[in-house]
Amino acid sequence: MMRIFFQKYGFLLVIWLPVGWLSLFFMLPLIEMINVSFSEARRAVPPYNPAFQIGEKGISFQPVFDNYLLIYDYWGDYLWPAVNSIRLAFFSTVWCLFFAYPMAWWIARSKKPLQHILLVLVLMPFWTSSLLRMYALIGLLNPNGVINDFLLWAGIIVTPIQMMQTDFSIYSGMLLTYLPLMILPLYASLVRLDNALLEAAADLGAKNWEIFRTIILPLSLPGVIAGCLLVFIPAVGEFVIPALLGGPEQLMLGKVIWTEFFRNRDWPVAAAIAIILIAIIILPVVYARYQDKEGLS
Amino acid sequence: MRRNVPFLVKLLAIIGFGILYVPVIMMMIYSFNKSKLVSVWAGFSTKWYKELWTDDILITALYKSVLIGISSATISTIFGLLIAIAFVRFASFRGRLFLSLVASAPLVMPEAVTGLSMLLLFIAMEASFGWPSGRGIDTIMIAHATFGMCFAAVVIQTRLRDMDKSLEEAARDLGGRQPFVFLSITFPLILPSIIAAWLLSFTLSFDDLVIASFVSGPGSSTLPIVIFSKIRLGVSPEINAVATLMILSISAFVILGSLLVLRRDGKK
Repeated sequence: MMRIFFQKYGFLLVIWLPVGWLSLFFMLPLIEMINVSFSEARRAVPPYNPAFQIGEKGISFQPVFDNYLLIYDYWGDYLWPAVNSIRLAFFSTVWCLFFAYPMAWWIARSKKPLQHILLVLVLMPFWTSSLLRMYALIGLLNPNGVINDFLLWAGIIVTPIQMMQTDFSIYSGMLLTYLPLMILPLYASLVRLDNALLEAAADLGAKNWEIFRTIILPLSLPGVIAGCLLVFIPAVGEFVIPALLGGPEQLMLGKVIWTEFFRNRDWPVAAAIAIILIAIIILPVVYARYQDKEGLS
Repeated sequence: MRRNVPFLVKLLAIIGFGILYVPVIMMMIYSFNKSKLVSVWAGFSTKWYKELWTDDILITALYKSVLIGISSATISTIFGLLIAIAFVRFASFRGRLFLSLVASAPLVMPEAVTGLSMLLLFIAMEASFGWPSGRGIDTIMIAHATFGMCFAAVVIQTRLRDMDKSLEEAARDLGGRQPFVFLSITFPLILPSIIAAWLLSFTLSFDDLVIASFVSGPGSSTLPIVIFSKIRLGVSPEINAVATLMILSISAFVILGSLLVLRRDGKK
């Protein structure tokens, strides 16, 4: 009996169990969030009046655009963090590329035992908590942290340098969190590079810089694009880094959602900001999927 | 590739590794500092580690995090396996596009958005039919399982796709029935990826701060939530000690795992 059931319906079970779970706990929450973003805020529990309701009076749908208008009116409080998120994520991606490229290059060219050790060294931070690594960074960058203490002791500076709550601290945090994500695709494309091409170029008299510019860089471009997308997409929505390392000048959307929700208790506005955050990442995500398909074929 | 690496490249690479490791190593050193003041070195001491075992809040939070991690990782791995089988083995089925969308979107969704949307759903569900009543360990578990299964699916899918199909076909030709073939042939072959998927889902759940903060209720603070609230009060040697223990134990697992993989690859 069981066996016949599984042979007949096992196929459907394999598909519909995950489809059911993800519809219920991923799709439905997003739909509910859109609903809340068009709802009116009120002082009650829950603190909003749902736009879409099934009640005694039947189904009603009365969307309110106040939350999006509020975001527009107070653009300095909401849209500026949006621009800031894109700016900080963009330059973080550039910094990651700047350090990840040489690292990936070195790993790709080193011999076996060293190569494995370096790869494990890249992977290890990937598995450890980003929160803890950000905490470790605070200990380094604080006004009375390790770096300032050392510089004061050495007599290089007289007063501590302000490193926390600056763009510098954000970029350091992003590097610490996202470097491995940039290195891995770069390494994958650099390690496949054909040695014969480089030798041929060198034999024909190309200088190192010319070899890099005309052969290595173009051939590793897919890795560069993949790495940049892998870093940029999560960096835009980052919460822990701006919350722990950034000041008011480094406000990002992830933190704004948090503040609106937990401190101001304005759920509809928090939901509307979340929608804006999704709108920002949707273009790079679609591009990444398109790239992925191209790469496979 | 030609082996000679230009000096500048090597220098930048070493600085890059420095960025990854110097902060963590400094933190580990200062976790043995006797002084309460974090930056003043007052001699070697393990007293902060001893104090950890008397901190009830931390121990309770650790227990909750482990419980949530184990249960959500198990759900994630089972569902991730189902998703992987659906994609690799069933060429086309109704809802394939939908499944590929909902199974990959959580991978790129910002954590704050995932957390907020789930909380809003839990609240709406509670208002309409009374479940889940309040938020606690169960809601965190559901939230973690949901994004964990998408990562698990990616890991298992890669392995399932690269697997040698002829073994399965041979077993089927010899009269093995589908569930039997799967359990005795396919499952052992993809077991390493299943273990990797479980470990990945566990660490994602164990490290998660943002989603858990949204969907947790009073009294269900996980370890990252407790650590985050402590960090906001300032740097302290006690957090240094917790962080050192957590990073060292996970690193030990990663090194052990990589050694096992290397040894297996070496034999081939």
